[in-house]
Amino acid sequence: MKPKKTKLKLVKDKNVSLGMVLMQARTFIALFVLTIAFTILLSDKGINFLSPINLVTITKHVAITALLGIGMTFVILTGGIDLSVGSIVGICGMVAGGLIHRGVVLPMFGVTIYYNVWVIVLITAVIGMLIGLINGIVITRFNVAPFIGTLGMMYIARGFANILSGGSTFPNLQGDPALNNTGFEFIGAGKIFAIPVSIWILLVILIISIYVAKKTPLGRYVYAIGGNEDAAKLSGIRVKKITTLVYAFSGFCSALVGIIIASQLVAAHPATGETYELSAIAAVVLGGTSLSGGIGTVGGTIIGAFVIGVLADGLVMMGVSEFWQNVIKGMVIIAAVIFDQLQQRMKAKAAVATITAEKESA
Amino acid sequence: MPVIRTGEVILSAEGIYKQYPGTLALNNVDFKIYKGKVNVLVGENGAGKSTLMKILAGVEDPSAGKIYLNGREIQITSPTEAAEHGIGIIYQEMNLFPNLNVSENIFITREKTDKTGRIDSSYQDNYTRGLMEKLHQNIDPQALVSSLRIGQQQIVEIAKALSQETEILIMDEPTSALSTAEVEILFNIIDELKTHGVAIIYISHRLEELLQIGDHITILRDGKKVAEKEIESINLEWIVRQMVGGDEKEVFYDENHTIGDVVLECRHIFLPHESGSFAVNDVSFTLRQGEILGIYGLMGAGRSELLETLMGVHPEASGEIFINGKKIRSTRIGERIRDGFALIPEDRQREGLVKTMSVLENMTLASLFRLAKNGVHLKRSTEESEVQRLIREMSLKTAGTEVLVSSLSGGNQQKVVIGKSLLTQPKILLMDEPTRGIDVAAKGEVFSIMNKLVQKGFSIIFVTSELMELRAISDRILVMSKGCITGSFLKHEASEEALVKASAVGHLTTNQRTK
Repeated sequence: MKPKKTKLKLVKDKNVSLGMVLMQARTFIALFVLTIAFTILLSDKGINFLSPINLVTITKHVAITALLGIGMTFVILTGGIDLSVGSIVGICGMVAGGLIHRGVVLPMFGVTIYYNVWVIVLITAVIGMLIGLINGIVITRFNVAPFIGTLGMMYIARGFANILSGGSTFPNLQGDPALNNTGFEFIGAGKIFAIPVSIWILLVILIISIYVAKKTPLGRYVYAIGGNEDAAKLSGIRVKKITTLVYAFSGFCSALVGIIIASQLVAAHPATGETYELSAIAAVVLGGTSLSGGIGTVGGTIIGAFVIGVLADGLVMMGVSEFWQNVIKGMVIIAAVIFDQLQQRMKAKAAVATITAEKESA
Repeated sequence: MPVIRTGEVILSAEGIYKQYPGTLALNNVDFKIYKGKVNVLVGENGAGKSTLMKILAGVEDPSAGKIYLNGREIQITSPTEAAEHGIGIIYQEMNLFPNLNVSENIFITREKTDKTGRIDSSYQDNYTRGLMEKLHQNIDPQALVSSLRIGQQQIVEIAKALSQETEILIMDEPTSALSTAEVEILFNIIDELKTHGVAIIYISHRLEELLQIGDHITILRDGKKVAEKEIESINLEWIVRQMVGGDEKEVFYDENHTIGDVVLECRHIFLPHESGSFAVNDVSFTLRQGEILGIYGLMGAGRSELLETLMGVHPEASGEIFINGKKIRSTRIGERIRDGFALIPEDRQREGLVKTMSVLENMTLASLFRLAKNGVHLKRSTEESEVQRLIREMSLKTAGTEVLVSSLSGGNQQKVVIGKSLLTQPKILLMDEPTRGIDVAAKGEVFSIMNKLVQKGFSIIFVTSELMELRAISDRILVMSKGCITGSFLKHEASEEALVKASAVGHLTTNQRTK
C-alpha cells in the first residue's frame, strides 16, 4: 500500500504545475494586482488607497455584495440560481422602514402599534426568509425552474416594495424617543471596536456559512445535490427540503442587506437593490463556483466580492466614468469565466495523466 | 459491389506504441482485422483496448507504428478520415440525439438536401427504411430515438454506421445494456453484416458471448498483445488465463457461510406503472440472514423496481415489509437506510456517485447522520478512519481519500459505491447489476466482497442478467417476469433452461394470444 501511494503522489506532483497553482489562486491574484495598481495610480493623485479609513469604507461596500453572495453561493452550489435577492433587499428595506415610520395601523381599534427596533429587525429577517421559502417551495414542490421561479419573485417582491409606500420613500428612520423605536441607524452607522456593525454582521454570517459548508452534513448535502441530485436522493438526502432551506437562507441574507442599507441611508426607498442579484452572481462566479452546481466555496465568493468592490471603488476614485466602470466590470467577469474554463481543461488533462498512471501501476 | 472474399486481412496495425504522460498505454501492439469476421479484442480495464480503438477511429494518434488498409499504409488523423477509410465505431455510450427521429439521426451532418437547401425528408426516410429492411428490423424512420428501447437505439447506431459504407465496424461493449432477447437480435445482425463482408471489431467483458459470436480473438494485457487465436481452438478458461496472466483466479462461490433466520419478509408488494399495469405485481418473498438471493429476469421484468421499492424510492408502492419480524412503516429513503436497507444502484455514474466529490465524501455521504457528532459536527478523523478501514478491506485502489471519485477506474468506483452502502451499517444489501461494465478481475473481487459480507451475517439481494454469475453466487434464485415472480429455485436445482423459461413466462402467453 505505502510504496504505491508515494508513486502516485509523484505522478500527481509532476502534473500539478506552477501554472495550475496560479490558475487556482487567480481571483486572489487579481485582487492583489488590482489593489497594488490602484495604490500606485492613486498615490499620484495624493490619495492613500491602503489607508485604514479607505479600506474600511471599501469593506463596508463589499459587505453588501458579499452577504448576498454568501446566500447565492449555497443556491448556486445546489445547481440553482436566485434572481430575486435584489428585490428582497428592496422589500425588506421597505418593511423595516414602514414599521418604524408608520408602525402597524389597526383601523378597527383606531390605534397604531410601533415596535422596538430589534423586533422590527427580527420581523424583517423573518419576512426575507419567508420569501426565500416561497421560492424554494415553488422550485421544489411545483417543479418550476429556479431561473423562472425567482424571476417571477423578483417582479412580485419589487411590486410589493412599491405598493407598501405607493412608490415613495420612507424618510427619517431615526425613530421617535416617545415611541421607543430609536436606534435603527446604529446598524448602518454604528461601530463595535472601531469596526462598522455591517462588517460584524458579514463576519458572523461568513463564519457560520463556512462552518456549515465544510463541517456539517447539511453543507455536504448541498454539494451532493448540486453534484448529482439522483445520487443524493438515493443516499437518503431529503433533496427538496434542503434545497428549500437554501433559498430561505438566501432570502434571509437579502433581508439583512435590506436592513443594513435602509439603516445606512436612514431611509427606505422601494427601488433599493435593483440589479444587486447580478453583482451577487458575479461575486460567486468570480470566486470560482460552478454555475452547474457542486463545486465552489464561500471563501471564494468573498474574494470575488472584494474584486468587484475594489474595482468599483478604485475606478470611482480614479474618476473613471460610470459607463466605463460597467464596461470594465463586465470584461472582468467574462475573463474570470474564460480562466475558469482553461483551468478545467488543465485539471482534466492532469486527471487523465493520473488515471493512466494508476492503470500503469495497477 | 465486387466479389466478397472473407477471411483476408483488411486492416492491420503493426508495432503500435502510445505514450501518455507517465504511462505507456500501448507497447508494440500488432492487431489484424479479418474481412467478414468478428474480430474480438479483450483485456482487463486499462489493458489498452480503448486506446487502440481510439487510434483506429482517428481520435488519438499513435506515438509510433503503422496502419495498413488492404496492404496500403494509411494515416488516420481524425474521425472524419477514419470514416473515409470505411472505419465506423459504435461507442459504449450512445451517440444519438434522443430529440431527433431515426432518419434524422442517421443522416446527421450528411443531410440530403434539395437545390434550395431544404432537407429531403422523404428521401432520408426511404433510405432509412431500406437500411432497416436489410437489417430485418421493424423500426419506423420517423420514430423519435427517445421512444426506442436501448436495443433498438443500438440498431439505429449500427444502421448509421452502415449508411456511411462502413467496412470495418468497431463495437465497444454493445451488449452491456441489452436484454437476452435483444442480444439475440444483435447477433443476428452481426451475422448479416458478416455475410456482407463487413469486418467487425468486438469488445466485451461478457466472455461467454465472445465464444458464441467471435471468429478471431486478440488479447491485450498491460498494453501488450499477449495472444491471438481462432476462437474455435480456445475456451473460457484460456481467455481468463491470458487476460489475468498466470493461473485462473479462484472466483465466485464460497460455500462457507451459514444461513440463519428470516431477516426480511415482503408480502404482496405492488408498484403501479404509468401504463396502468404493475411494474411490481404482488411480489412476496423472504430473505434469510447470510443468504444471497439472486433475482433474474429480462429487462423490464421489474427487478430494479422491486429493489427500489424496498429502498423507499417509490412512495406510491404498497405492501408489507418486515425486518426481523417487525413491520416497517417508514416511507422515505433516509429512513429505510436506518432500517437497514442499502441499495447499490444499477447505474453507478448516474445514481451511485457524485462526480464532483472526493472518494471520502462519496463514501460517507449516506452515513453522515451516523458519523456527525450530535448530527451536526463532522470530524475529519472519524470519517477518515471509517473510510480507510473500508479501503483496506475491499483493497480499493486510490491515490488517497481526497482524490475525485471520477479519477478512479470503473471497478474501483463500484467499490466506492459498495463501501458507501456498507458505511450505513445495513442488514440487507440490495445490489442491482453490481458487475456491469467492470472487468473480470474486478468482478471476481466484487464477488469475493459479497462472500465476505454474507459470512459476516449480511444478507444480499442481487439482481443480474448474467446467468453464469447468478448460478455461481446465489444461494437461492427468484425469477421475475412482467412484475411477477415466475420461478423460485435453490442453487442446485437452477438449470439455465429452467431459468430462461421462467423469465419468459408472461411473454410466451402474450405471443400465443396474438397468434
